[in-house]
Amino acid sequence: MNPAINSALNAGMAPVATPWFFYALAGLAVASGLAVITRRNAVHSALALIVTLLSVAGLYLMLYAPFVAGVQIIVYAGGIMVLFLFVIMLVNLERSAKDRQFNRIWPVGLAAACALLALFVSVIVKGRALLNDPMTGKALWPDPVKKLAESSNTQQIANMLYGEAGKIGEYTFAFEIASLLLLVAILGAVIMTKKKI
Amino acid sequence: MPNFIMSFLDSKAAVTPGAAGNQFWALMYVLIIFAGVSVAVICMNWIERKALAHFQVRLGPMRVGPHGLLQPIADALKLMLKEDIIPAEADQFVFWVAPLIGLLAAFTVYTVIPFGPSQAVSDMNIGILFMLGVSSLGVLGIVVAGWASNSHYPLIGALRSSAQMVSYEVAMGLAVVSAILMTSLNTSGTGTLSMIGIVQAQQQQGIWFIFKFFPLGLIAFAIFAIAMVAEVNRAPFDLAEAESELTAGFHTEYSGLRWSLFMLAEYAAMIAVSSIAVTLWLGGWMRPFPNLLHAAAWDFIFSLFPGLTFGGLAAIALIGTARMPAHSFFKIQRAGLAVFAGLLGFIALLLLAIAVAGRSADASLAARFNEGIGYVYWFVLKVAVFMYLFIWYRATWPRYRFDQLMRVGWKVLLPISLGVLILTAVVGVIVS
Repeated sequence: MNPAINSALNAGMAPVATPWFFYALAGLAVASGLAVITRRNAVHSALALIVTLLSVAGLYLMLYAPFVAGVQIIVYAGGIMVLFLFVIMLVNLERSAKDRQFNRIWPVGLAAACALLALFVSVIVKGRALLNDPMTGKALWPDPVKKLAESSNTQQIANMLYGEAGKIGEYTFAFEIASLLLLVAILGAVIMTKKKI
Repeated sequence: MPNFIMSFLDSKAAVTPGAAGNQFWALMYVLIIFAGVSVAVICMNWIERKALAHFQVRLGPMRVGPHGLLQPIADALKLMLKEDIIPAEADQFVFWVAPLIGLLAAFTVYTVIPFGPSQAVSDMNIGILFMLGVSSLGVLGIVVAGWASNSHYPLIGALRSSAQMVSYEVAMGLAVVSAILMTSLNTSGTGTLSMIGIVQAQQQQGIWFIFKFFPLGLIAFAIFAIAMVAEVNRAPFDLAEAESELTAGFHTEYSGLRWSLFMLAEYAAMIAVSSIAVTLWLGGWMRPFPNLLHAAAWDFIFSLFPGLTFGGLAAIALIGTARMPAHSFFKIQRAGLAVFAGLLGFIALLLLAIAVAGRSADASLAARFNEGIGYVYWFVLKVAVFMYLFIWYRATWPRYRFDQLMRVGWKVLLPISLGVLILTAVVGVIVS
């Protein structure tokens, strides 16, 4: 790590990531998330979704996880949303915007969302008490570590996924299974669209 | 406040203002880079028109200023004064916001471009990932502009553009990964994604990555050099605005200032992708042969280059002044060109004076200025070569057909870049 950064930290320099940024980004994420489900025009919804994804990437940055933030931008905002827009633009929007929006299951959706929110809240409230295990030292909510972890975030993720120095990583197996799943999905898409292989 | 300014200038450690947490200098760097890129786009506009004209044995702009030197300024004024039309059936808000998306994406990536070991706004741990991610957001501006115009040609242009950029991003990303793999060939065994770290890795290994594992580095570089042209929608991959098929493609309905924002974004993105290529494969800010010609005398000789470049430009302007026709119509033009030559000559003398004053490698202000000028000069020179290549491609190559474009992207570039990536990994494991 750069010695100048260390000295800057030791000198008590305040980090740029202040609570103000958190509230701004979280507010933006919620507001644009609401716009996604309230706009009648699908392209407007997609644009609002891009804003949501970008503000979530900003929140990842504030959690000292720059690699996750970068991947969020490159995969979701830059890749998937472009394909979303690509498909939406091919659909006849004038008709579908005038049509009655075709579902009456919003009460179910609302209930599901509320249940998920309740789950999150309960985990946050009770999690620390329930899951801190003094025997193993493992904790779902470990105490915040006061260090600049972002400078080695990519390396830490690599160590978890692929293992360091000859050892198998903690999540290598799950990671490989997930990549296999994605490969199956790609092959399935190709086979379904292609008449003759 | 003066204390605040001097604290960064005085610090002996070479860090970026972002790493030092110095908000004042970070802001100054942002402003300098913004102004510099805007000026570079103006220069590029003039050079492109003149070079294209000379490729076709024409003169190009000649009327506004000597040899059309003031043409870009006249163009900019015209675009600002022109009526800004929004079609009645267009989606007003999205039409308005689309050029801004492209512009923001193009300029945001400049925060991590390393003009020198400390001459960048910030050094991010995820530098190259950030650059690829944010520059891939630029396509959103094009797609949304094409859709919001509510017209057929822009929509087709937008569809082409999104398909093209998504396809070429894959090959481009794999080529970048093979360069990143090369950064990990050191004692600690971990590579880096930081833009400054990538150049420093080339410095430590004593070789530009374009020559590393010959010809693997060269092939990866070639794939990136092809894909980046497609990524910024330039000829021969400019299908999104193919004027013979789609009038002007995605910006058909745009006019005035908004249209010029698209142009600004396109040229800024061109400079940005060229900077990625320079950083990853061509040694970034390093001068040629720092490992072979490392004596202090060589340092001094290479530090004269910036001054000599400006001296050469001044000489060209002087020759132009002398060769101006002796008619009284050209009196103002001649005086203007002479003043321009004088200005360039003054800059040249200033740079030479700094090079002479700062030739000792102590930590004096002149020496540090000298060092910094050298870094920025070599980086900009390498990027300028790419910018000229963009013009050259446009003048010489016919446009691809869309199915050919897709075939090249998916069936040629992608397999080759995958192969290069695997071979780089294999050779890297064998070597280390």
